[in-house]
Amino acid sequence: MPLEIQEFNLSEERLEFRDTLRRFFEESSPITEVRRVMEGDSTGFAPDLWKVASEELGLAGIAISEDLGGQGFGLKELSIALGEVGRSLAPIPLFASAALAGRVVAAVGGEDAGAFLRSIAEGEAATLAWVEAHGDWDPAAVRMEIAEQGAEIRLTGEKQFVVGAHAARRFFVIAREPGSHCDEGMGLFSVEANAEGVAIDAKESFDLTQPLATLRLDGALAKRVGHQGEAAPGIRIGLDEATALLTAEMVGGMQKVLETAVDYAAERHQFSRPIGSFQAIKHKCADLLIDFEGSRTAADAAVMASAEGDPERSLLASVAKSHVGPAGLRMATESGQIQGGVGYTWEYDAHLYYRRALASAVMLGDETMHQERLARLVASRRLEGAAQ
Amino acid sequence: MRREDTPEEAAFRQEVRSWLEANAELRSEQLAAPLDHSPEAEARAWEAMKVWQRTKYEGGWAAITWPEAYGGRGGTPIQQMIFNEEQSNFDVPIGFIAASLGMIGPALMRYGSEDQKKYLPAMLRGDEVWCQLFSEPEAGSDLAAVRTRGHVEGDELVINGQKVWTTSANFADKGFIVLRTNPDVPKHDGISFALIDMNQPGVEVRPLVTMRGDRHFNEVFLTDVRTPLDHVVNGIDCGWPVTTFTLMNEGAFIGMTVNSLTTATAMIDSARETGRLEEGVVRQRLGEAYARERVLKQLQDRIKASLLDGRAPDVDGSVLKILTSEWGHERAVTATWLQGAAGMLTGADAPGMGVWQDQVLARGSMAVGGGTLEVHRNGLGERALRLPKEPRFDRDKPFKDLKTSG
Repeated sequence: MPLEIQEFNLSEERLEFRDTLRRFFEESSPITEVRRVMEGDSTGFAPDLWKVASEELGLAGIAISEDLGGQGFGLKELSIALGEVGRSLAPIPLFASAALAGRVVAAVGGEDAGAFLRSIAEGEAATLAWVEAHGDWDPAAVRMEIAEQGAEIRLTGEKQFVVGAHAARRFFVIAREPGSHCDEGMGLFSVEANAEGVAIDAKESFDLTQPLATLRLDGALAKRVGHQGEAAPGIRIGLDEATALLTAEMVGGMQKVLETAVDYAAERHQFSRPIGSFQAIKHKCADLLIDFEGSRTAADAAVMASAEGDPERSLLASVAKSHVGPAGLRMATESGQIQGGVGYTWEYDAHLYYRRALASAVMLGDETMHQERLARLVASRRLEGAAQ
Repeated sequence: MRREDTPEEAAFRQEVRSWLEANAELRSEQLAAPLDHSPEAEARAWEAMKVWQRTKYEGGWAAITWPEAYGGRGGTPIQQMIFNEEQSNFDVPIGFIAASLGMIGPALMRYGSEDQKKYLPAMLRGDEVWCQLFSEPEAGSDLAAVRTRGHVEGDELVINGQKVWTTSANFADKGFIVLRTNPDVPKHDGISFALIDMNQPGVEVRPLVTMRGDRHFNEVFLTDVRTPLDHVVNGIDCGWPVTTFTLMNEGAFIGMTVNSLTTATAMIDSARETGRLEEGVVRQRLGEAYARERVLKQLQDRIKASLLDGRAPDVDGSVLKILTSEWGHERAVTATWLQGAAGMLTGADAPGMGVWQDQVLARGSMAVGGGTLEVHRNGLGERALRLPKEPRFDRDKPFKDLKTSG
């Protein structure tokens, strides 16, 4: 009997929701379909699947309030949906649109935010574009400056490592007031994908099922989100929430990796025994479980902290990201090793999960970035405690 | 996962805290002197532990989940958890007595006769302390290979053999022992579990000094040691289920103690004071240690949450055991690395009175004691992941025909 990992911290309703989504992706986006999209073009996007997922299942607006056309659930439900995307590698921009763009826009707020969120809930995919050629995930490192001509704002320059770019109808771009530095003058701007001066360059990406792109802006018309000079705190909250949600997506893939490896170890016979009866393999499987348990616990704690607006939200997002990234990569590596020769064939799926694990470990900051952030956060908290 | 106390739990927590404040001192943030592992210091620590156990007994806190009939409080696992959380803020000598109580107490309550259960109150008061006589030179991970023999003579069991890694045997008044009473049947079917008096001729205890310098472990030589037949728990040759039940309880106690001196936060504090937090690699390694501490705490909270809902823990205890042991050791090594050249010193000459050096050397007790990491990984593979067991050659043959290394 195949291994099935029991969920934890899920109410019956949420478990039912997860079951529905698991069936949906198994039926509508089996791995053969994922591979068809992957080998078809460089967009990494299945528009028909996204249409059903957003219009019939309401996934695009799951964490957006009902008065804005969403489902009115919270980040925990969004994290469950992302987990199933991570498990199935379904080529839809749920992370880019609902987690990255959606959370940053919601946290920045302002008078147009409602309309933007409504269009995200309706399935008009969006994404966030902020990282530049230097590859620094910290929004304070953004150098792109806005150009104001009368009432119009225009953007010029390149944004790198954009996820979900080909599916996006709208880009939310982080740029800054001319001459400003760090958080001061940081702003969020919306750019329509079909506007003049907007081009997308697909990049040859290590993660074949979620390719990245470069967004090239050449005097593209942009609209400010939120109020001038007040966007930075919202951008940071939104990125922390997206980081927590990304770890939930990663954990979904890790669960699949664990189950695949353990099922293989139980079925594959050598020397007239299942290879999983040998300690060399059994202990690798135990290590997969240890990495998985720590990771899903950390991801859940980070998502719940974000959902509840916990003051430790940033800290717990960094705890989760710094832990889940390397754990996911170890798991994908060792799961491939347990599968022996077939584990490194093109035909077996192990490499697809390995590719995703590597890319996701880097996305939104690798473990060293989050470890450094943790050390700084804890040190400053201790200083504040001592000062009181 | 995080959950506020209910009003009843909050009231209970307050009651615990008030009692602890009246009866104990808060933990200090720094050691005044290096940890002392000399025999004299360990004898003093033992007495202090007994005094604290007695104090808890008189306050009604010695065993919150035990029935009142045996001197317990008749409380819930949640109340015990709250007590442990509060107690960890105070500088109190817990450790061996609590661990020994946690192992033999539940085993006697589950398998003991009414006469055997009469030992429970004195155990709780700290008047009689019990040691666990399980491992032998030829029976480590393979505990069912014990060779210490028990012969029935009249209404007594006569015991001959050797035990090893017996914690605190030099101080204990009583012991619970796993014996071979029938070598002519397969190994698990000829084992008995008995209660013995440690203060009798024929019990010889020799301390084993660990690499840390402590003497918690002992070798115990047993020559014609006697115990009444009614001190056999669950009947002659039926001791294996009692043994495994006791071991399950052992796992639950390891890793429960918290020491605020040896946390990642303490490391970050000292790196800030010495200016080394300016180095990226220092921030990375301390950030990693901090993240691991939080993840471990989150895993513990999951177990607590299962307890609160009255469910079996939904994360396997071996996951915690392995992570506590491996991460604990790596954290201690990172802390001595952070000390630079001074990390080569120890005791009063090392930063923080050598508390981290002491932790580094405590690795064995976590990674081997209570089941090796490898045995726990087998458990995870076979129990949690349902992988097939290794083929075994010792299940059906009589014990006397099995191959051994000695």
